[in-house]
Amino acid sequence: MSVGILMLVHTAFDRAEQVARHWTKYGCPVVIHVDANVSQKDYKKFVKAMSDLDDVKFCARHKCEWGAWGLVAGSQSAAEMMLDAFPAVRHVYLSSGSCLPLRPVQELKDYLKARPRTDFIESATTADVPWTVGGLDQERFTLHFPFSWRKNRFLFDKWVDIQRLLRIERRIPQGIVPHMGSQWWCLSRQTLSAILQDPDRPAFDKFFKRVWIPDESYFQTLARLYSTNIESRSLTLSKFDFQGKPHIFYDDHLQLLRRSDCFVARKIWPQAHKVYNGFLRDPEGAIKMSEPNPAKIDRIFAKAVERRTKGRTGLYMQSRYPNEGWENGMTFGRYSVFHGFAELFEDFEPWLGRVTGAQVHGHIFAPERAEFAGGQKVINGALSDAPNARDYNSIAFLTNLIWNTRGERQCFQVGPRDEGAPVWFIAKDPNAQVSVISGAWALPLFKSNRNFADIRQEAARLQKLENEQLSALRSPYAKSRVRIWTMAEFIEAPMEPLQTIIDEIGVNKSRRLSEVPRMTDLTGFGQFLQNLKNQGMHPYLMGDFPVSQVDGDQKKPPRKPYLVQ
Amino acid sequence: MGAWQSYRLRVRRRYRLARALRRQHELTSIVDRTDKIKRDDLLLFSTQRNEQIRLPYFLEYYRDKGVDHFLIVDNDSDDGSMEYLVEQPDVSVWHTRHSYKKSRFGVDWMNWLQMRYGHGHWCLVVDPDEFLIYPFCDTRPIRALTDWLDASSIKSFSAMLLDMYPRGPITEQPYHAGQDPLEIACWFDAGNYTMTKNPNYGNLWIQGGPRSRVFFPDEPELAPALNKIPLVKWNRRYTYVSSTHMLLPRGLNQVYDEWGGEKASGLLLHAKFLDTFTVKAEEELRRKQHYSASVEYMAYAERLRDNPELWCKWSEKYINWRQLEILGLMSKGNWA
Repeated sequence: MSVGILMLVHTAFDRAEQVARHWTKYGCPVVIHVDANVSQKDYKKFVKAMSDLDDVKFCARHKCEWGAWGLVAGSQSAAEMMLDAFPAVRHVYLSSGSCLPLRPVQELKDYLKARPRTDFIESATTADVPWTVGGLDQERFTLHFPFSWRKNRFLFDKWVDIQRLLRIERRIPQGIVPHMGSQWWCLSRQTLSAILQDPDRPAFDKFFKRVWIPDESYFQTLARLYSTNIESRSLTLSKFDFQGKPHIFYDDHLQLLRRSDCFVARKIWPQAHKVYNGFLRDPEGAIKMSEPNPAKIDRIFAKAVERRTKGRTGLYMQSRYPNEGWENGMTFGRYSVFHGFAELFEDFEPWLGRVTGAQVHGHIFAPERAEFAGGQKVINGALSDAPNARDYNSIAFLTNLIWNTRGERQCFQVGPRDEGAPVWFIAKDPNAQVSVISGAWALPLFKSNRNFADIRQEAARLQKLENEQLSALRSPYAKSRVRIWTMAEFIEAPMEPLQTIIDEIGVNKSRRLSEVPRMTDLTGFGQFLQNLKNQGMHPYLMGDFPVSQVDGDQKKPPRKPYLVQ
Repeated sequence: MGAWQSYRLRVRRRYRLARALRRQHELTSIVDRTDKIKRDDLLLFSTQRNEQIRLPYFLEYYRDKGVDHFLIVDNDSDDGSMEYLVEQPDVSVWHTRHSYKKSRFGVDWMNWLQMRYGHGHWCLVVDPDEFLIYPFCDTRPIRALTDWLDASSIKSFSAMLLDMYPRGPITEQPYHAGQDPLEIACWFDAGNYTMTKNPNYGNLWIQGGPRSRVFFPDEPELAPALNKIPLVKWNRRYTYVSSTHMLLPRGLNQVYDEWGGEKASGLLLHAKFLDTFTVKAEEELRRKQHYSASVEYMAYAERLRDNPELWCKWSEKYINWRQLEILGLMSKGNWA
């Protein structure tokens, strides 16, 4: 009879009974505290159900409300009864009705027997704990909390604000340093009786009655006064989510709980039959002396909290729709936008696909249809190329495309014709790598077989549109990696920018480009621009193209479209 | 939200409740087993018309998930489905001949029944072709979810409609009563959903999926809404506004996180596209009892003539809820 169990119960009495029977069956006496809010009828029924057990006792009842004194008062009463009634008990273990022993009771007994003077209680100073929810840590001890957090949240908050404003501070009793930690502890008889029989206890109790969440600090603080050997951790596996509520274990956690090697877990869903049946039975196999190892469970719950607070980058869905600026990444991953390259180079898209291994689309915001790679009508995630559907929500179209193709770099073309393109979104997205050759839109016009009056009109329109797109990319809000060259600038030394862009995409790291795209024939382009100028239009986005180039070219035989070296 | 807006929504909610009260007379109780409803029971509300072939699996699916009682309005069926429902021990049935359209597509009836029987219960409102999927639904009953929602002080649970379809023409594989419709309609669109926020009610307006892709490529704004909030800890003051797309008070529509995190959510697998659909579409078109003059059904009927195929190369085949979670269609949130 080395371990006594205190059990705080307020609901799921059948499960509490089951667990209490298990403890007593293996020689651990149990003292149960039932919340005074439980009806007299239910209480009597519960007591009667366990009347056949000698080692189960019921202590005086207190009203328990989360964050209030009642839980401590209940633990005190139960602990006093335990120490009085069962003199052989060496360690007292505080648990709740929804706690479940995971390892054979004998293992717990052996474990504690090997550490007779150790107190297992998580206890840290307020400055060192990261887990306080709602920003109250040291103030838990220095402010007054007359209002219920559950029932009168408004008054609770206001009262805290008022006290902060008036700088009201309670005096902490002499000799104690506030500590906090999990409310599920296991204390030795010596420490526990010292706390309960302290002559100063009335003063301490008076102080802690007005402390916020005293069940996380009363024993944790006072144990520091008397214990000779504090092991600052809880033997109870108990995980909290980001709102400070305990995570609940279900049937599908059975294997995980088994492997955790923890002695007790909290809290178990009352209807998790497999878990209860799996653990509340005769032990099999040899007694283990292993240390508890909750790391794997920790990871799962830490991930759950992260999912709830940070979410998955680049995902927009029914239960994650971040406000602007809170996306934690506007799109899933990096992608490249090319502006003017497909016009300047004749085989740019297949070439880019070959050197980078990325998926290279055409103008996915083209007015006719989304030009997906390989001319597909539908692409990953069943995203359709229908232009109306795309333009209905072009940002969603883009974020969907990037999300659907997770793990594969996406490249696509944008130009001034693509009026529906969400250029501002792309400009603001740090995941976007935008490379622009301005003025390249003139090349298709230059090669087209249209009346010059139409060409002039279209050129003016495209130049205006491109200028708008460029102003987004150049704006101070732009967070994407933007590079802009005028066409004249670019063709002077095309290799260097190409190499930089490809390096940044980062597939063929630190390799010189062995193959280059074929630049379209520019013979006569200077004259074409001059003609536009002569017609009163002012093409400026392509930079300065000399008209005279024409003369130089005439001397040579008509050359083939040349390779960039 | 200003006081004026708040007042307007309040008036609208009251109006909805008054409508529901007024229209209770359209419902005739056929069999009333509601005295069997215990405290904390999970209730399912549904409206059905000529769904005999679907009902056996529908009831089985939700019984298995832990629904305790079904409250079903039969809108003048003539295929024996009402008689079938009457025989079920855990079903209460009401009958009506009144217009589905005039009762706002059944919402007034549902609101009335929920006001009367749903107060204080977790209530699930689904059609017979909708199957709720939620995180851990293969190992935990709905009760585990609602207990967790209770513990987290969450009152409403989002489950987007996910249209399921078969491979090949939809008439190819006949469905028989009692069969899991997802054996046939096991494909879905994984990543073509778009959403915007509704400034009045605060809900998300989600569109997309195969219906938008195939039936409304040129008029995406006409594509049906897919956002649904079918599971609510009901209070008699609550009311659904438009199908189960949105509720009042508007706080119940806040099922999504706006600060980057993910709230827990599920999906309603919508097994509408079975071989029974073509007949249904023609009938619905004749009755003109559906949303905005049945524009949806007109589009269907038009496409159905040339033997449609919803399946495409990039359709995803349904495996389980974890797959749907990974694809980003639903989320575990902080439930683990």
